[in-house]
Amino acid sequence: MPEALLTVKNLSVDFHTARGTVHAVRNVSWSVNRGETLAILGESGSGKSVSASAVMNLLDTPPAEIVSGEIFHEGKELLKISYEEHRALNGKKIAMIFQDPLGHLNPVYTVGWQIVEMMTAHGRPIEMARARALELVTRVGIPEPEKALKKYPHQFSGGQRQRLMIAMALMLKPDILIADEPTTALDVTVQAEVLALLKELQQETGMALVLITHDLGVVAEIADRVVVMSEGEIVEEGTAREVYHKPRHAYTRKLIGAAPGKGDIRQPGPEASVLLEVSGLEKTYGNFTALKDAAFTLARGQSLAVVGESGSGKSTLARTILRLEQADKGTALWKGRDLITMPQRDLLAIRQQIQMVFQDPTQSLNPRMSVYQLISEGWEIHGLMPDRKARRARVEELLEQVELLPSHCDRYPHQFSGGQRQRIAIARALALEPELIICDEAVSALDVSVQAQVMALLDDLRAKLGISYLFIAHDLGVVRDFADTVLVMKEGEIVEQGSTEAIFSAPQHPYTQRLLAANLDPDPDIQAQRARSGRAAP
Amino acid sequence: MSDSTAVKPVSQDQNKGASALLGMLWRDKFAFVSAIVLLIIMAFAIFGPALLGDLATSQNLRGRNSPPFDLSRGWIFVLGGDSLGRPILARLIVAAQSTMAVAAGAVATALVIGAFFGLIAGYMGKTASQIIMRLADVIMSFPSLLLAVVVLYVLGPSIPNMILVLAITRIPIYLRTTRAEVLEVRERMFVQAAVVMGASHRRIVLRHILPVIAPTLITIATLDFAFVMLAESSLSFLGIGIQPPSITWGLMVSQGRPYLNTAWWLAFWPGLMIVITALSLNLLSNWMRVALDPAQRWRLESRKSTDA
Repeated sequence: MPEALLTVKNLSVDFHTARGTVHAVRNVSWSVNRGETLAILGESGSGKSVSASAVMNLLDTPPAEIVSGEIFHEGKELLKISYEEHRALNGKKIAMIFQDPLGHLNPVYTVGWQIVEMMTAHGRPIEMARARALELVTRVGIPEPEKALKKYPHQFSGGQRQRLMIAMALMLKPDILIADEPTTALDVTVQAEVLALLKELQQETGMALVLITHDLGVVAEIADRVVVMSEGEIVEEGTAREVYHKPRHAYTRKLIGAAPGKGDIRQPGPEASVLLEVSGLEKTYGNFTALKDAAFTLARGQSLAVVGESGSGKSTLARTILRLEQADKGTALWKGRDLITMPQRDLLAIRQQIQMVFQDPTQSLNPRMSVYQLISEGWEIHGLMPDRKARRARVEELLEQVELLPSHCDRYPHQFSGGQRQRIAIARALALEPELIICDEAVSALDVSVQAQVMALLDDLRAKLGISYLFIAHDLGVVRDFADTVLVMKEGEIVEQGSTEAIFSAPQHPYTQRLLAANLDPDPDIQAQRARSGRAAP
Repeated sequence: MSDSTAVKPVSQDQNKGASALLGMLWRDKFAFVSAIVLLIIMAFAIFGPALLGDLATSQNLRGRNSPPFDLSRGWIFVLGGDSLGRPILARLIVAAQSTMAVAAGAVATALVIGAFFGLIAGYMGKTASQIIMRLADVIMSFPSLLLAVVVLYVLGPSIPNMILVLAITRIPIYLRTTRAEVLEVRERMFVQAAVVMGASHRRIVLRHILPVIAPTLITIATLDFAFVMLAESSLSFLGIGIQPPSITWGLMVSQGRPYLNTAWWLAFWPGLMIVITALSLNLLSNWMRVALDPAQRWRLESRKSTDA
């Protein structure tokens, strides 16, 4: 076997924190060859990014300490070379793209300038850099590339920014591209395009791709080999097919089992009374139409999923119904009363009946309030449950309902994991005993296994308390498992709506069909089959 | 941070609130020393004039500019004597009162008014914001010394008027900072979550926005403390500030300035006091920022309680 392009051997990294030493990774070894794609699969906190950071010399020491291990690239020991040598290597030979493209693009320079700088910083002439930038920006699918280069980062959507980041990383034709959750923030169709692009570029240049991800679908789509990490250790290693079909380790089995989109499609229940009836809802921002003539009904105890890509108006729909934004036109009848024109005073009572769970619990929970304060705030606002003892007992009960401990009352949000935080947010929504919970991408930020838990919890609450859901999501697998009916939105319009079964088995609108086709299946075989038929079709 | 970690019940925590805070203070040695220094200065300010008032004003022309660390004139002259032969130590202690009154008064007034209007400007619509911000611009574009001269000339120099003038000139700092922070914080998800729950504007501003921006304001206020002390001295220098025989540290610095070549101690000791006070406040506010932030607090908590 020829020597691998990049080899990590027995790497152990500790983090020295004030709370003691954390063994971030222990004895991790992997290697990647030219033209190969290695996926490092794991959930948050599994240490999947640490080894890549060590390769890039991005670990801050202290608090991090590389206890043992070696990293080889073209005969060089990367842990022993100087900072300057590392700098020459980073970007040129080994490039990296990150999950959050907004954080990694400087807002005060045009993207063109930033992409060009990548090359000029390594001593290439500026004309050459400009030509290459234009070529790559066209390649990654940015419309009107010449104009795009003169724009600033905020003028692009999240997906476009990530594509720009990829263009930037590829400027110097690196040998190795490390991608840390590159498509997590992207829409499914964009994700499919980006992954296809990465594949193509890899075939052309023969670069090695190290893909850090939590998404089994991404692994199935692109990876040759996969390394599964859990709690800082590699628990399983093999080709993508082997790992999916014959997982040896219990953790891998659990991960594959938790992947959504495999269960039975829900059958619509018996007819129930209408809770919310929206018709002709419109919202424009200047010339931009965010929402056009939206109309749907939601019955009691039903869950309605709204799917669509970012910018399709899903969130605007929720925000206008909640009166976080004022709609321009249309009605939203809540038990016969129009929410859109209702005076503020009456709205207060309705606020109790409709609650919302936001996408990112880290941001939607006030960091300076304890769990008890967070959950009981609703009662304080609405003047409910004046008795302190009863409040406390109810908060504890709610915490148990969302599978947290009553003793968690006096903790603060930062002391919990992402999944636990989202459960606190759900407990907060439940505290007011709402009839409708609007979930705006409520599980998108969570790990697959945590996501499965939260979804099961929501489902359980629906069965027990008869809560209705307006469920905004981009993950079709989750929608398939959870929703009774589905709305598909595109550019502010509802292009298709129907029962979950109808949408998934016989999508009518071409956009729905495209969306379903772009959805990645965790099974590598199905993915490969799709790719073949997709290539044959056009 | 596992699920099984036991947490103390809240009633017990509340009883322990004060001692826990003291424990956290003890753990940050710098902040602990600062707190003691500030307590001493407070004691000076409260008891100083009553105990040493006469000594501080009694002239002794033989002891003019007498050097420090010379105990032949008694312990009270340990820091030397000023240009009229008054003991500097006594004067420093007595001056603490008016200095602290002016500085603390001006900073607190500016902080409260600035934060109040900043919250309004940041949270309310465009019109309110425009009016408030333009008013702030007027204050900022007006030379603060000129404003002070006019106001003090009209109203006459006294401590309350000094506080008023200095506060007015410092208001825009707090106002602008508050507004900028509010504009950012109000867009955060947890504020929207509060809106969805039906929280009133007052509740959103006081419970959700103010606690987030408070640490910034407190940090600015402590930095401003030293600035205000010196601004007060320049007003006194112009003869419209604190009038002798009243004394402040700032006034002592400016009175000592002509003698810098021959008797450095006249300006040095009061200057040192200003530095020590400002530094202590700064260290203490630093500690406070950490101690009041639930996400940072563990840095000051004992190992035992976090590992339990």
